[in-house]
Amino acid sequence: MTASLRLRAAVVSIVLLAVFLGAWHIATRSTGTAANMSPEYAKLMGMTATQGKSAMPGPLDIGAKLWEHLRRPFYDNGPNDKGLGIQLAYSLGRVMLGYLIAVAIAIPLGFLIGMSPLMSKALDPFIQILKPISPLAWMPLALYTIKDSSLSAIFVIFICSVWPMLINTAFGVASVRKEWINVARTLEVGNIRRAFTVILPAAAPTILTGMRISIGIAWLVIVAAEMLVGGTGIGYFVWNEWNNLSITNVIIAILLIGVVGMVLDQMLARVSRLVTFPE
Amino acid sequence: MSIFDDPFDADSRVNAGCICGQHQSPAEHEHAMLALRCEPVADSHEKRYENVVASAVLRAVFPEVTTRRAFLKTVGAATALAAVSQFFPLKTATEAFAEAGTPEKKDLKVGFIPITCATPIIMAAPLGFYSKAGLNVEVVKTAGWAVIRDKTINKEYDASHMLAPMPIAISLGLGAQPIPFTVPAIENINGQGITLAMKHKDKRNPKDWKGMKFAIPFDYSMHNYLLRYYLAEHGIDPDTDVQLRSVPPPEMVANLRADNIDGFLAPDNICQRAIYDGVGFLHVLSKEIWDGHPCCSFSASREFITTAPNSFAALTRAIVDATAYASKAENRKQIAEAIAPANYINAPVTVLEQVLTGTYADGLGGVKTDPKRVDFDPFPWQSFAVWMLTQMKRWGQIKGDVDYKSVAEQIYLATDTRKVMTDMGLTPPKDSYKSFSVMGKPFDPTKPDDYVASFKIKKAS
Repeated sequence: MTASLRLRAAVVSIVLLAVFLGAWHIATRSTGTAANMSPEYAKLMGMTATQGKSAMPGPLDIGAKLWEHLRRPFYDNGPNDKGLGIQLAYSLGRVMLGYLIAVAIAIPLGFLIGMSPLMSKALDPFIQILKPISPLAWMPLALYTIKDSSLSAIFVIFICSVWPMLINTAFGVASVRKEWINVARTLEVGNIRRAFTVILPAAAPTILTGMRISIGIAWLVIVAAEMLVGGTGIGYFVWNEWNNLSITNVIIAILLIGVVGMVLDQMLARVSRLVTFPE
Repeated sequence: MSIFDDPFDADSRVNAGCICGQHQSPAEHEHAMLALRCEPVADSHEKRYENVVASAVLRAVFPEVTTRRAFLKTVGAATALAAVSQFFPLKTATEAFAEAGTPEKKDLKVGFIPITCATPIIMAAPLGFYSKAGLNVEVVKTAGWAVIRDKTINKEYDASHMLAPMPIAISLGLGAQPIPFTVPAIENINGQGITLAMKHKDKRNPKDWKGMKFAIPFDYSMHNYLLRYYLAEHGIDPDTDVQLRSVPPPEMVANLRADNIDGFLAPDNICQRAIYDGVGFLHVLSKEIWDGHPCCSFSASREFITTAPNSFAALTRAIVDATAYASKAENRKQIAEAIAPANYINAPVTVLEQVLTGTYADGLGGVKTDPKRVDFDPFPWQSFAVWMLTQMKRWGQIKGDVDYKSVAEQIYLATDTRKVMTDMGLTPPKDSYKSFSVMGKPFDPTKPDDYVASFKIKKAS
């Protein structure tokens, strides 16, 4: 039953994709009617103007270009033109750095907030105000104070990924079952040991959910941040191709961003399945 | 007497006229005129330096014109040159002269925005002008004017491509904290245009433009001042009758296609791209508003000059050299190909060629030719800075009194650039101020306040 369901779902997925690609191809076909202009003039004009080619590339254009990129992902033509593999590596590096700093700060702080009702009440207003700020709103401030664009990008990743982890950790820690804590207390377990052997395993699923949300947000934000500061990264690639109005390359970048985001999310989903426990 | 006259020419006359009377012969007059426009006269700069050094030596050996001539007459120029180099190491002297102090810092980063205005800054990398000056320069593409400003202030870049009014705005602390910046060289003159959406094909009179939306690249830009000037001359108040929006150049074409704006005043490669994609047509070239207006500049902070004066001088030399090369029409095709790849401007070669060679499609079915559509001239006229200050004052960006002259002189380094150009064997203009006219209205740099007061449409202050 489940096997046949999976099979049927796959068939539907493929049909949907084929319909989408077909419609896309038909919609972006060139009309073929050359506009009425002198050949001398036509030579100076683009395909859009001369052959009625749609400004939107078709799936075949994208496929050809994607193949070209995948064939040599690590070329380096100087500081402003690098292969997609290198650009993705730059972006992932920034995300990882900002994200790890956020993990290092959010989880201990979350523990503190979750275990101490006093700190929880005291820090609550700050968290509530800082949490909804769009991470990119920090960008000008970061550039101005940090005075370094790549550090600013990392800072923005840090600031956007810290809140979901902090809140989830605090919530997970605070909602550990009272009975378990009481048992630990009866057995006279020390504070540190209690935190590591009772609370951490109990709160781990919630903490990992927070981490999963965070990595998603971090990956969303890096593209925008790199478009702003430029230099390297997949966001810069999108901006550079947008500069040339090359929608083909922009769509390819969008696809790759989606794929990488999915891989990151699935990795954390795996980890979180490891720490879940049946109640 | 021109610095280019050949000291080995025995037949050159002491007194003979040219049209302007300042030169010894019509040929020399022509020569000096070319040099004034910074078109390189000798084939290469090594050759040029050699001439400068050789003539200096010969003059030192025979200070008397008559003796020098007699000597040359008897032995001939080639022998004279050989004789002089016997006891004076001309080659070494030329090299020492060309190097002029080792740069304190060899690896430099220079930021640029991907538009044709930055041509000299960009092409100096692929065509080797930086390495010729003994520098290892990385030209870094940057996302926008505000970012290039911040990165240069933060010293991530040693020098940058900036809009000509930006160093003035930064030094005065408009839209940023005041930091002394300088302009050792102007990049391009002309090379911008007003592009309108295709649907305005029949609305060619600016008087009908009330309520339209226009895009400009940045508030502190020549584009802003020229568009405002153009509109105001046609009786449209740019602050109340139309909407002006600051939009990054690449997004202008997309916005024009999406019908978000009605037109823009932007660098020519953006205008040409809109035409190339069939979404707009060229209304006027900025050349028709003010022929010879500056647009972008090469800019560095005062601090960079004081901490690394030799690097700065080498950089200026490379830029002046590249600008001279770019000003020659026959080099333009090669330049278009050099700067088109994704590492630099990232645009179709046809588009850049149309901008740089001046043979272009106007978007309405015609092919036009104007070789001076964009031109390159490095000399930072201080009168340009004064004009920009008058417009900043006119449109309320500067409040209160301005000491036009001292601001212009501190930022536009005409004196230093003149020295660099002279050392390179070019003949820079003697004055730092010149008057010009914008849309037929003359501008006198000595009377900026009267000029501001003379406009009917301006921001009420």
